[in-house]
Formats: sequence, structure tokens, C-alpha cells
Amino acid sequence: MPLITYRQALNDAFAEELTRDENVFLMGEEVAQYNGAYKVTEGLWKRFGSKRVIDTPISEAAFLGLGVGAAMMGLRPVVELMFWSFAYVGFDQIINNAGCVRYMSGGLINVPMVIRGPANGGTNVGATHSHTPENFLANTPGLKVVCPATPYDAKGLMISSIRDNDTVCFMENTLLYGDLGEVPEGSYTIPLGVAEVKREGLDVSLIAHGRAVLTCLAAAEILATEHGIEAEVVDLRSIRPLDEETILNSVAKTHRAILVDENKPFCGVSSQIAALLAEHAFDDLDAPVLRVTALDAPAIYSMPLEKLQLPDAQAVVAKVLSSF
Amino acid sequence: MARKLSKPSQSKKSAPKKAVRPVVSKPKSQAKPLSKATPKKGGKKPLPLEKAPAKKAPSAPKAVLKDATKTPSKVDFSKSPFNASLKPAQKIGYLREMLRIRRFEQQALKYYNQGIMGGFLHLYNGQESVAVGTASLMNGHDEIITAYRDHGHALAVGMGMNECMAELFGKGTGCSKGKGGSMHFFAPDKHYWGGHGIVAGQTPLGLGLAFAIKYKKINGCAVAFLGDGAVNQGVFSECLNMAALWDLPIVYVIENNGYSMGTSLERSSAVNGSLAKRAEGFCVEWATCEGFDLYELRANLGAAMERARKESKPMVLEVSTYRYYGHSVADANAKKYRAPEEIELYKSDYDPITRWQNQLLKEKTVTQAQIEKIDDEAKAEAAAAVEFGIASPWPSEESIFEDIYHEVDHKTEAGQTGRFFFSE
Repeated sequence: MPLITYRQALNDAFAEELTRDENVFLMGEEVAQYNGAYKVTEGLWKRFGSKRVIDTPISEAAFLGLGVGAAMMGLRPVVELMFWSFAYVGFDQIINNAGCVRYMSGGLINVPMVIRGPANGGTNVGATHSHTPENFLANTPGLKVVCPATPYDAKGLMISSIRDNDTVCFMENTLLYGDLGEVPEGSYTIPLGVAEVKREGLDVSLIAHGRAVLTCLAAAEILATEHGIEAEVVDLRSIRPLDEETILNSVAKTHRAILVDENKPFCGVSSQIAALLAEHAFDDLDAPVLRVTALDAPAIYSMPLEKLQLPDAQAVVAKVLSSF
Repeated sequence: MARKLSKPSQSKKSAPKKAVRPVVSKPKSQAKPLSKATPKKGGKKPLPLEKAPAKKAPSAPKAVLKDATKTPSKVDFSKSPFNASLKPAQKIGYLREMLRIRRFEQQALKYYNQGIMGGFLHLYNGQESVAVGTASLMNGHDEIITAYRDHGHALAVGMGMNECMAELFGKGTGCSKGKGGSMHFFAPDKHYWGGHGIVAGQTPLGLGLAFAIKYKKINGCAVAFLGDGAVNQGVFSECLNMAALWDLPIVYVIENNGYSMGTSLERSSAVNGSLAKRAEGFCVEWATCEGFDLYELRANLGAAMERARKESKPMVLEVSTYRYYGHSVADANAKKYRAPEEIELYKSDYDPITRWQNQLLKEKTVTQAQIEKIDDEAKAEAAAAVEFGIASPWPSEESIFEDIYHEVDHKTEAGQTGRFFFSE
């Protein structure tokens, strides 16, 4: 299998879907002639033209709403947010319109749209550009939320998201765009709502999504080599729908759960997983459920301090050791 | 091809992109009963509420309205290309539609006041001509969308009174299965996309409808309604920019009823002649007209929609209109922020239904007896809709989790992987 970047995997997904379905179009700030602020859409404007790959003004509320309106009419917009942090400017369009119009119309309307872009801290760009709103969005019944960690997952989940008949909030990560991974050529899909065990283990379950999955894999290596602890790493991949079965099966096997989350701790994704385990895995647990999350403060600019704000492998290792 | 709007004072012509500089009509020709005068920048203006207690108010609205009547329209809008070939049956049909809306809402009001309807009820009484005029101009490929004062548009495009009334009662037979309520009526099969509760939230959706029309090369246009309060939401300005930038076939109709909830136009908007004129800053053509007269509304909106379809260009049309009730029925101050006499004057002199009836009587298109029959039928239909609504069952408890995700509703593969709903 070819080794390509996370960025290229997404780019391939767009190219394949633009070719397959003429109702698919890409839209966002700098996605066309500039080739994308993070080059995720590089070359697509040249290949597919201005009708299919469209530069927008800096007007998130208007172009998100335009996407919703166009999707109601049967088009399949893939709308890029240069950062998911910018979604807050257009939140009304995402929550009230994309998220609620199906319900409020009694099912007469659906909004097959993908809203995508990076949602991560760790790049010294300050609090306003470092938000991880997967918890906010997953809090809205009607929206789906996907956070791939690897190039393979990014492509398969993106193709599924574009073909999905509901609105999918697809969260990437600027720190992952350059990561290499094996990705098949041609189309394939990964269903939303299916987690993946990225590493098998018997002693503890590390449950994560997005870049935190890679942190967990690194921690698992340290735990195995230095502490003789075999950690299982569960990659949620999709936050809503959520694959609870894979989570519960893993915890039933390991009897320990450490939740690793670059989201903030208060009402974050990890809070939901903790609630799930409290309700359904109580008897399986040999230790309290513990969490390693982003520190509960706005993202700091200062480079060394920002590193402290996000979960790293050592913090995960320490937390695992504390649970034994 | 250059197209002139029917209103001669608004001399409009197609101009090269980016150079559109609509000729601004003379202020007095923009018959705007609601704007007392062009506000002077920085000047102190008496606020309506400060002006006088209600008892002293009668002179104020009359003075306002006098401005409107002072410039009697020299144009006979019945001769406009959009009206000249109307058949009597069509004209009578418009009367029927306006009366149906009026009677539907009067019934709704009655039961809302009895406390057996929930939520808000934003009545369209007094504005019926705008929705009916618009629906009468739709070509089968045009798409429309509006805000929360949406009953009129819904009935005008052909939604049934029963499904609409049942929705107000929160019943499972409602147009949105009791999930939307008064502010959220939809009928995509009738090219009607709601019904939206957040002020101006629908304006970019309208842009999306226009975008899809252009993308799919459909011979139609989008008409997006907004109120005079909505023009002050930032997203509307974003929409005008994008509509102009991308030549989208959309007509934004500002239904200017003079009040954004309890705040009068003068107190909410910096106005330079008209709200529509703001479009100039985005190279979007604009016009104003009165909405009280169906011929005038059809002539102006018809021209705007035709231009949008043929030239794929946006336009803003500001329509003067008036609502008899408050922002919603729950608006306890509806007669405090405006003088009762003002409301009465609009009802007596500017009512769009009365005007249309008089017009048709004058034309001998209809007789008084026929009008009464149509009105009786509308009343009976509305009363029957109430019975239907009351008799209808509540939605089932299971339906709470339906109509959230398309994939789940349709039991597709994608609707069956993972957990979608998290309550026990």
C-alpha cells in the first residue's frame, strides 16, 4: 500500500468524491486558488474548476448557511473552516439550521453536508485558534462528529461523511497533516460509529480520539517496555454516533480505563465516556476511571507551556501507573 | 437585456458587474408610511414612546401616513406586465388566499389565547398581500424561505389549513409532526423551505437555495424574506456581499412592518432613505414598494424575480407593510410602543384585503355576495381546521427520536452503526 500523508489522504478522498458525484463541491476560505491554507485541497481547483472548488469571502456564517441551504436542495457541500475555532462565528448556522432543521420539519428535510477543518491546540496560535469543539457539536442531536487519527481513517471516514445524508462535523488536526500512513488507492469507506482497537492489550484500556490516540500508542509502548503493562488503545474515530460496544468490550477485558482527551475536561468527550463506564462497566472495573485531558485553561501561547497543556505520553503513563 | 422595474421612479437598469449604481429614487417617491422622516445623523429624534402618551398620539400616525398618501401613485400597477393578463379567476383566487390566511390566524389567535396552544404565535395579519403576491409569482422552480412569521407564506404556497393548525396545537398530524410549531412550517415539495426562528438565520439558507438553483442550472430564483429588524444582523450583510460576488439569483424581500419587536424602525436602524438602499454598498440593486396593494407588490416583485431568473442577479426589495398584532401574541406592549390610533388607521385605510376587495369590486371582477361567500368558506375552513387540530392525536412518545438523523430514520447501514441517542 502506498505511504501517503494524512493531508494527501483527505485530498484523495475529495478528488474521488468530486469525480464520482457532480453534486459534491468544496467551499471555504482559500480552498481553491490558494490551494488551501494547510494545502489539504491542493490542486483540486486546477483539476475541477471554479464551479466545484470555491473560494469564499471571510464570512463563516454566510457560507456555512449557504452550505445548509444548498444541501437542503440536494447538493453535497464540503465546507472547510480554516480552523474549527472559526465555527463559533457561524454557530447559529451549524446548530440551529444544520442541526435542527430536519427535526423541526418533521423529517421533510435533510442536510447532507460536511463541515471540516482542523480542531486542535498545540501550535502556539493562542486560545482563539486552538479550540476543540467536538464536545459542543456532539451535544447537538442531529449532528455527527468525526475525529480521525490516521491517514487511513481520514480517507475512509471522509468518503463516508460525504456520502452520509446528515451533516457531519469532520475534525482534522494540523499536527497530523504531515503524518505518513498506509492508504489504499481508490475508494473505500469506514462507517461512522465504529471504533477501532489500534493496539491490543490485557491490562488497561486507553480510550481516545484524534491525535490523543497517537499519544496513547506512544504511552502503550513505554508501558510495555518499561513497566510490563500491556495497554489496549481504543480509537473512537467517531464521537457521535459513538461505538459504545467496543469501549465496553475493551474495559470488560482489561478492567481499567484511562480516558485521554485533548478536549477540555469539563463536559468534554471524556466526561461522556466516563458516564458510560459508570453506568455500564461498574462491575467490570478494578479501579476508578481516570482521565488525562487538556488542562482546564484557555490555550496558552508560550511554547513550552502549551506543551504542558495537552496530554503527552508521559502524563498518560503516570496516570496508568497511578491506577494500579 | 435591460429591465425596468414597474415603479418608474426607481429607474433601474442592468449595469456591468461591480458598476451597478442604482439610481436612488427621490425620497418622497419611496412611499414609506412607517418612516416618519429621513433620520438626521446625530440629530435628536423624539422616540415614539417618549413622544406622547397614547391619547395624544392620533396626530402622529396620521402625519406619517399623510406622507404616503401625499404621493398618490400615478402608476396604474394593474397595467404592469405582471398584472395586465391576470384572469378574473386568478384575481379572485388571490382574494381567497388572503382571506384564508386572515381567518386561519384569527382562529389560531382565539385558541392561543385560551392557552391550548404552546409557544409563540407571530401573526401575519395585515401583511397577507406580500405572501400571496409572492406565491402567485412563483414559476414552479422558484424557492422561497422566510423567518418566524411564516403562516401566511405556508398557506399561500398551498399548505393545508389542517396540517398547519394541527402543528400549532402540537399534534402528530401537524406539518412538522408537532416538532416545529408556529415558527417552523416547511413544505419542500411546494418549494417552501420554512419557517425559521432565529432573526436573519434564514438569509444564508436562502443564499444556498439560490446557489443550488444556479449550480443545477434551474430556471428559477430564490426569494428570501426578512423583517426590518433582521437587516441589522451581520449575516445578512455577508449574504449581500456573496450574492453580488457570485451573481446568485435571489430576491431578498424586506417586509418592513416598522417594528423590530417593540423597537421602531427609527430606534433600531440607521436609515438613509430606505433599508433596501444598504444594498448599494454591495453593488446589489434595490427598490422599495408598498405592500398594501397587490398589484403594486406583484409588479415590483415580479420584475425582481424575473430579473433574478433571467440575469442571475440578486436584488433587495423593501416592502412597506404593517402588522396589526404585536411581535407575537405574547407581546404585551403591542399597543404601547405604537399608538392604538396608528394601528386603527392601518386597519381602516391600508388593509391589503379590503383594498383588494375594493379593487375587484371596482373592476367588477367580483360581487359583494361573492366576497362574502369566499369569506364564509375561509371561516368555515379555518373552523374545521381547528376541529381537526383538536381532534388529532398527540405525537407518539417514540416520535421524539424520529426525524433527527436521516440515516437512522431510513434504517440504512450508516444509521445502524454506533449509538446515536444517549438518553436511557
